[in-house]
Amino acid sequence: MRQYILRRLLIAVPSLLGISLVLFTVLALAPGDPFSDLATNPNVPPEVGLALRAKFGLDDPIYLRYFHWLAAMAHGDWGFSFVSRVNVDTLILQRLPTTLYVIGSAQLIALLIAIPVGVYAATRPYSIFDQIANTFAFIGFSLPTFFTGILFILIFSIKLDWLPFVYSTDLNGTGLARLGEQIRQAIMPVMVLALFQAASMTRFVRSAMLDVIRLDYVTTARAKGLGQRRVIVTHVMRNAMIPVVTLIALQIPAVFGGAIVTEQIFRIPGIGSLLISSILSNDTPVVMAVTFVFACLVVFFNLIADVLYGWLDPRISLR
Amino acid sequence: MAGLTLASPSAERRSYSPRREMWRRYRRHKLAVVSAVLLFILVTAVVFGPFLWRVSINDIDFNATLQGPSLAHPFGTDDLGQDLLARMIYGGRISLAVGLAAMMVSVIVGTLVGALAGMSRGALGHGLMWLTDLFLSLPQLPLLLLLIYLFRDGLKAAFGPEGGIFILIVLVIGGLRWMPVARLVRAQFLSLREKEFVEAARALGASPLRQVVRHILPNALGPVIIAGTIDVAAAIIAESTLSFLGLGFPPDTPTWGRLLFDAKDYLDISAHWALFPGAAIFIAVVAINFIGDGLRDALDARRVI
Amino acid sequence: MAPLLEIKSLKTHFATDDGIVQAVDGVDITINKGETLCVVGESGCGKTVTAMSILKLIAMPPGRIVEGQIMFQGRDLVQLSSSELDEVRAKEIGFIFQEPMTSLNPVLTIGEQIAESLRRHEGLSRKDALSRTIEMLKLVQIPNAETRVHDYPHQFSGGMRQRVVIAMALACKPKLVIADEPTTALDVTIQAQILDLLQDMKERFGMAVMLITHAMGVVAETAQRVAVMYAGKIVEEASVDRLFEHPSHPYTQGLIRSIPRIDLDSAHKSRLETIGGSVPILINPAPGCRFAPRCRYAMSICTEVEPLLREIAPGHRMACHLGAAP
Repeated sequence: MRQYILRRLLIAVPSLLGISLVLFTVLALAPGDPFSDLATNPNVPPEVGLALRAKFGLDDPIYLRYFHWLAAMAHGDWGFSFVSRVNVDTLILQRLPTTLYVIGSAQLIALLIAIPVGVYAATRPYSIFDQIANTFAFIGFSLPTFFTGILFILIFSIKLDWLPFVYSTDLNGTGLARLGEQIRQAIMPVMVLALFQAASMTRFVRSAMLDVIRLDYVTTARAKGLGQRRVIVTHVMRNAMIPVVTLIALQIPAVFGGAIVTEQIFRIPGIGSLLISSILSNDTPVVMAVTFVFACLVVFFNLIADVLYGWLDPRISLR
Repeated sequence: MAGLTLASPSAERRSYSPRREMWRRYRRHKLAVVSAVLLFILVTAVVFGPFLWRVSINDIDFNATLQGPSLAHPFGTDDLGQDLLARMIYGGRISLAVGLAAMMVSVIVGTLVGALAGMSRGALGHGLMWLTDLFLSLPQLPLLLLLIYLFRDGLKAAFGPEGGIFILIVLVIGGLRWMPVARLVRAQFLSLREKEFVEAARALGASPLRQVVRHILPNALGPVIIAGTIDVAAAIIAESTLSFLGLGFPPDTPTWGRLLFDAKDYLDISAHWALFPGAAIFIAVVAINFIGDGLRDALDARRVI
Repeated sequence: MAPLLEIKSLKTHFATDDGIVQAVDGVDITINKGETLCVVGESGCGKTVTAMSILKLIAMPPGRIVEGQIMFQGRDLVQLSSSELDEVRAKEIGFIFQEPMTSLNPVLTIGEQIAESLRRHEGLSRKDALSRTIEMLKLVQIPNAETRVHDYPHQFSGGMRQRVVIAMALACKPKLVIADEPTTALDVTIQAQILDLLQDMKERFGMAVMLITHAMGVVAETAQRVAVMYAGKIVEEASVDRLFEHPSHPYTQGLIRSIPRIDLDSAHKSRLETIGGSVPILINPAPGCRFAPRCRYAMSICTEVEPLLREIAPGHRMACHLGAAP
């Protein structure tokens, strides 16, 4: 098992390098000099602009520029935000926990919805429940997160006035009241993401369950008189989770996309809204760094999925 | 059916022509049929709408701002008193065009990469598949935003504000969505390459290009059509998302996502402004997805995708 | 003495897009205590569906037991609720499946899979179940049972897996074991070992065996009685000696003639005989005898009236118009 994790880690390195290469190529191909507005930007002291130009080695040959840039990124030397006048890594570290908190709770809730619904639907294929679940899942992942977010605000904030629609970092009060407020303001953004995720996950779970349920070893298990519940849980679900993990891992980039939109709608101070505001204010170092962080997060979560996969499937880890 | 070996009943099924059989299977998916009708209505409305609803999209009328639906303005007006129906018809043209064009880009790129990877057994094939997996794990929206951030000014200068953004958005969305198609095409290649009819063609001396064009690609068509259909929906969502974040088409181009972006600050006083474009995006996307699902039944490709 | 298992006019049908498949259409089978009954027939004749119907292991829907009784120790299994049936499964009737490569769960150790039914039916603790499992693995001659009990199915060869499946089916010492083509998927050399093992276990535990096979050679070696199945019906039933000496149904005759013989010298060797055609599709079958289209003796009555199973000698029944009183 340890060997397997080690091997997965080694596989993650080239994909990180690949992603960095893609990002760098994009930057290098961009027409004009991405730092050209530094000279005219009154927020940037001239020496900072020069230092940046030197660090990015804009006059070096392209492969050298790539290695310089990579070395700087690896050292955590991500540059300086023109707008907020702090180091990019400090800025990102400030914002990252909020994003992870929102995404994490959303994934958790999505799993809590998708697994029972998908499993129950698969045990009664083509029943009324299955058809309703299936239709809702279809509608769920066809509803773009920005529209669900707006609908939620319309219904729960404006019409019913139950929930706040702006996420605030400096809440009043202390202790339990503050915690309650914290949860209350997270409900809508988390649910927007969770429902979107739950919709596609439900379909994954259902179809994986249906694939497994017709296999011979499930009949073997039924022939042992174990009872429906135990057959479904230990024999069908345990096996169906293996492809589901892969499919969920493939969804991770989409999750981050959804997070950017939700953070923007509900004005959550995470790295998604940081990305949008930096783009709107031409803050190149922040834009590059946040994109790279998103890419690293995707690789990291894929790694977790791989480990989970190896843990679920004994045939993998022993190979 | 666990472990049962029934004499296959399909072997002597009353034989329909392939096309009728497909239609028969598609028709059984009720929601797919309804969706096809809905999408047809939507497309017709967007294409022929301007000939019937001859209101300009940017006639400003400060006497009629933020009005709800009425006879004069069936979908109401925005904060400048512009007619929302006219703006939505115009925006629909752009959203659907972006969806179709981006789908074509992704299908063409995906088919090329998949076919190349499927034909070559050596390092090229492996390299291409590694690239495909790499692209699959790229965070799409951040990258999309980054590309638009870096390239929009250059293209705007070259092709004008609307044309430049259109080309950029189509290329970027299409260029980030070709991976599923590439995988499908490659998988079809690998399985079909060994089949008898391709071997027969090879034995008869058909050139590799001829093998691909005449024998392999037509067989890979079904799954690619389904993936392409779903791509249209995904591209519409991607374009709307960009516009909704204020980073898509310029402010005076009313795509559906842009309308939502403009409307989101007026939710409390004029909800209709957000609801109509949002509903339009949702209807288009859900209808296309259901059609894709129906095609999956019709082309009997449940196992593939 | 009442038979252990008595299947009476069982009909199992499947709903498909093209109509109702009458996979099993009025089957009568009895098995006595401690006896081995072979059910023979070509693929697709309904042997497996019959066997799976006994413990209701067919997928329902699309499958459905339309008619009939399955009497086991005085109870009709068809009428039992699923939880009542779970008490019979594995504990009273064990099941050995055809495909050892797919009939074991790949993510559980073989020990967990065998212990599971012991814990369920005999209420054993984890520890006791493990030692009973190791005992069973030794009985089915798996070397190093103490360590291999913690291995996963993919770490075993096909023959070894089938031994595990047998250990699993016999763990709770059932009174009847249904073995659905247990050797078909194995190498020829392994086949004999597995059949020997099965025979050995049967004698040790004194259970009855319902052995489903399409190989007449297997029948001759193992069975006391034989039921020949064709297109969802039993066409002939007799003791194994009687059947091989006096095969009466044309289909049985064809099956026996199609056994390769190596004991005849080359002067007597003739071409191996086959039965032309294949098993019909059982959607709206034509009236009359279902074998008629392939039967070399078919008469006009055969396509009009369905022949019923009748006794032609003590303990020998068959369903054919040939030799019947007019």
